Amino acid sequence: MTMTGNVLVETIDLTKKYGEITAVDHLNLRIGEGKIYGLLGPNGAGKTTTILMLLGLTEPTSGQALVAGCDATRNPLKVKSMVGYLPDNVGFYQEMTGVENLMYTASLNGIPAEESRRRIYRALERVGLAEVGHRKVGEYSRGMRQRLGIADLLVKDPKLIILDEPTLGIDPEGVRELLKMIKGLSVEDGRTVLISSHMLHQIQQICDEVGIFVKGKLIASGTIEQLGHQLSPGSDLQLEVRAEPADEGLTRLFQGLEGVESVQQHGDAYLLNCREDIRPALVEKLVAERYTLLQLQKRSVSLDAIYLRYFEKEGYYDQAI
Amino acid sequence: MTRPFSIFKTFSVDLDWNTVYEANRGLLAVMRKEMADHLSQKRFFILALLTTVACLASLYVAASTIRSTVGENQIDFVFLHLFTTSGDTLPFSFISFLAFLGPLVGITMGFDAISGERDRGTLSRVLSQPIYRDALINGKFAAGVAVLALVILGLVALVGGLGLILIGIPPTLEEVLRILAYVFLSVVYIAFWLALSILFSVLFRQTSTSALAGVAAWLFLAIFAGLLAGMVAEGIYPVTEASSTQQVIAQARLQQALSRISPTTLYDEAITTLLDPSVRTLGPVLLEQAIGAIKGPLTLGQSLLLIWPHLVGLVAATLICFAVAYTVFMRQEIRA
Repeated sequence: MTMTGNVLVETIDLTKKYGEITAVDHLNLRIGEGKIYGLLGPNGAGKTTTILMLLGLTEPTSGQALVAGCDATRNPLKVKSMVGYLPDNVGFYQEMTGVENLMYTASLNGIPAEESRRRIYRALERVGLAEVGHRKVGEYSRGMRQRLGIADLLVKDPKLIILDEPTLGIDPEGVRELLKMIKGLSVEDGRTVLISSHMLHQIQQICDEVGIFVKGKLIASGTIEQLGHQLSPGSDLQLEVRAEPADEGLTRLFQGLEGVESVQQHGDAYLLNCREDIRPALVEKLVAERYTLLQLQKRSVSLDAIYLRYFEKEGYYDQAI
Repeated sequence: MTRPFSIFKTFSVDLDWNTVYEANRGLLAVMRKEMADHLSQKRFFILALLTTVACLASLYVAASTIRSTVGENQIDFVFLHLFTTSGDTLPFSFISFLAFLGPLVGITMGFDAISGERDRGTLSRVLSQPIYRDALINGKFAAGVAVLALVILGLVALVGGLGLILIGIPPTLEEVLRILAYVFLSVVYIAFWLALSILFSVLFRQTSTSALAGVAAWLFLAIFAGLLAGMVAEGIYPVTEASSTQQVIAQARLQQALSRISPTTLYDEAITTLLDPSVRTLGPVLLEQAIGAIKGPLTLGQSLLLIWPHLVGLVAATLICFAVAYTVFMRQEIRA
């Protein structure tokens, strides 16, 4: 994995064991400054444990977690002052207003009252909660609470933002807005963002880099394109084809094409694993052989393979879409 | 700003107040917020109101009883009687009301200290701020004790002040000191319940379980522990008509020793001694021992000496509860 610029987050053989179970297994993670990194994996893969170790809230069994060169276990206060954390199921004090909740965060961070008031109104403005800042949090919807969570991060003004399952339980429209906001945190403010999620389809849109994290191990890491090569080298492309009539000859035709590695049939659809984009040649051939082309779709094969391999098994594939 | 000062010639300390403040910034922020929380909470308001009404009722009864009896025989320490006297219409005095309701106040303030934060999902968010982890639990306990001290002092001042108007006899210095000692003792006692309920809130994930455990502990220690002590003592040293004096005394001693395991007993004995200077001893006394004793009140110093073990026991019980809660909390996983 190539890395340009400074590395902000680094873990060295980070390991956490709970008794016999290894939650995180010799994790070596490097996140460059200003990047959005998606830590993707099914529930129970050890994502939250990793995050808690990065914050110094859980002690690693062995290995190190460094944020800007600071060891999270040895110097948790320094690390926590640089990192903003939005846990999954973020909670606020229900009987306090949004502003009061943020004031508390500001006071825990030692921000002077005047300064925090300024920051809070700017943050609420930015996440679109300025109107309801003086209402009790108990009256907020889930989406609003999530946005208040983002405002909470903005008040703290951290270098690194860690979001744990930020899109969980939010409607598609809300997710789109939230992702835009998260993207803004990185692009406009130059912050580094680490998102943990099992919703690959949602998160991959905004991530510069992703890591696939399964059973405590990082099995692949890099940009989306790089991941394909890492996980299944050789087959770069998958074509989904529907044509009529779907007979024996069609299968033979596909197999005979140059560049096709394998052909799978799912009902009346054919999945072709190809080395290169053979769509022009494919269409030409189909027309020549008097087949009617009903559908031709290019899929980025590797990620789909990953989804199928690691997520469908866990039953998250449906939710992911 | 650095203020170096030397304690001894060879030992000088560079005490940087900024550093001290910085290190405790989280603690102070938590304390401020928790105190504000307690004072604005409805459930705290309800309990404080209940306690106040009960105490005022007891004051009224005490004052009218004192006024009707003060002419008949000479009473020493009239002012203290405001707190200890009960009447026919209301068989509870101020101190018995506070002893009864105080633990409930303590439990109410602490039962959701940690489990509530977990439930609401605020625990990990708060602890991810640059504060030490113990700042949270320390701040909560300190805020609770501060609010308790405020409430008890306020209540005693209210009752004392109204009592002064009702009976018109000003307290002597010794009475004031005894009352202050009583306030201190009560704060420590209720702080014990606060620490115990914080401990339950650390141990149990469910807030309702924690509340129930607190109430169960209160019922057991306040009511059943005494009964149980009597039963055990009776079983070990059975007393019949023909029993020797030693046997009777052994039973009484054992029963007292066992019931003193409960902080409630310690507190009851201690405040009785403090507010009633005529109490000279807490254990069983033989008639022969009392012969020749000059009837008269104890001085404050003597009373304090009598209850010193009680005071130490109560402080120790409070600290042990809090220490266990602290240790468990520091080792606990943060994730919900």
